[in-house]
Order: sequence, then structure tokens, then C-alpha cells
Amino acid sequence: MTGHDDLPAAARARQLEERLIAAGLTSDDEIDEYLTRLQVKASPVNGARMVARAWTDPRYRDLLLSDGDAAAAELGFDGLTYALRVVANTETTHNVIVCTLCSCYPVSLLGPSPGWYKSFAYRSRTVREPRAVLAEFGLTLPDDVEISVWDSTSEARYMVLPARPAGSGGLAADELAALVTRNGLIGTALL
Amino acid sequence: MSYTLGSQVRVRTGDPDHHTRVPRYVRGHTGVIIAALGEWPVPDDSARGIDPPRVETCYAVRFSAADLWGSGDHTVTVDLWESYLDRP
Repeated sequence: MTGHDDLPAAARARQLEERLIAAGLTSDDEIDEYLTRLQVKASPVNGARMVARAWTDPRYRDLLLSDGDAAAAELGFDGLTYALRVVANTETTHNVIVCTLCSCYPVSLLGPSPGWYKSFAYRSRTVREPRAVLAEFGLTLPDDVEISVWDSTSEARYMVLPARPAGSGGLAADELAALVTRNGLIGTALL
Repeated sequence: MSYTLGSQVRVRTGDPDHHTRVPRYVRGHTGVIIAALGEWPVPDDSARGIDPPRVETCYAVRFSAADLWGSGDHTVTVDLWESYLDRP
């Protein structure tokens, strides 16, 4: 295990790619396609569109909460590499997502995860003292709102369905989607 | 699928020397099954290259913070494969 530490990360990644390609496990085309999907298509705009639809279409909301993959496919986000589980905030329950083991996250619907989501502090403290963690995000919840923390330890990936903001009654679908923030989809913010 | 929704389960306490997806903070604790998520390969097997891996139902199991930590009014839900669980 010598000689790698001083190589730039990109060169080390390329060496790994070449070994995997030589072993017949992947190809340059497959890697390019994956990176395109990640860098071009993966965005919190996708999750936001799903939320906006759920706010205005009760049938879609039911589908989103019971079969996330089918709901994603209905808006064109098919071929998810995970089982999407969507959890709805209510007047009495606030949901927040974490991955204590690593940094599992529905990347294709929320975009690349923020640095803090991968930090030891967020991962360890969110399951232990979520009220304090949320307060540090500027989100202080009433004592009678129960906090439900979801630790993403399996092939499922979690996304929060935030409550629709008051006063958004007359807005069109794209205007509603513009109200949805990435942190709202993780549960570290209200809208 | 051998656990029904609402049933209590206890997380096994073993500390394997291979990859597992049981966070230490739930080992030995009792929670409630709130959903069956599907049947997936057990990561302990697939990470070790065991072919074929066991395929088991994975459950969403809810724990109370007071039980996990001795304080707190929140809940924590963790996805756990069937062989990680026992009846309490």
C-alpha cells in the first residue's frame, strides 16, 4: 500500500477505473453515463417537483407515500437504484433524515448531498439530540411536535414531504416547486 | 416475512468482525416493526462475496429515544434485515 497517497485524487480514481475496466466489471461508456446522470440530472429540483405535485394531487400524494419509486417514475424519474421511501410532515410530526453508517441519500432526486450531511457531527448527533441539531439549523419546533428520525441503513432512501407553506394557494406547479428547498427535503428546514 | 406490523423485536447483540448494517446504538434494544420494506440480499453476505447471499425481508424498526439514550422525546427508525432481529 505504498505510492498512492501522494497521487492527486483524480489520478487515483482513474487508476481504479482502469483496473475495474480491465477486470471487465465496467466500461468507460458506463462510467460516463453514470457521471452524466449524477452531474446533469441529479438535482433537488426533481424532489421538489414531486412534492409540488403531492400538494395539489391527493392521488399522487397517496402514491408518493406508499410507493416512492412508482411516484418518481410517474414524473419521469425512473430507474432509481434504490427503494424511495417518502415520509410526510404533519402538524404533530416532523421527520428528519440521516445515515449514521455512511451517507446514504436519494442523490438522483436531491442532488449530491451537502458536506454537513456526511459529517460525523450530523450523523452521530441527529439520532441522539435532533432538537438541538435542528435548532442549530435555525429550526426550533414546538415541544408538542414529535421528531421522527430516519436512519438510512438499508437499500431504502428517505425523503421528507414537507408541509405546504401557508398562503401558497394560488400558485402554479412550477411556482410551488420553487418553494421547496433541499434542506426541506432532508428535514433540516421548514418551508 | 415472519414479523407482523406492530410486533416488538429485539436487535441481536453480536459484534461481527465483518461488514454489517446494524448500528451499534440499537444493538440489544427493543423496537416496533412499522413497515416491511422488501426482500433484499443481506449485506453481511454480499460484502463478503458469499454467492448467493441470503435474501431476507428488511423491516423499518422504530425505537424510542428514551430507550436508546435514557432521555429524549423523539423516535429513531432504523432499517434492519430479519436475521438482525429476535423476538423480545
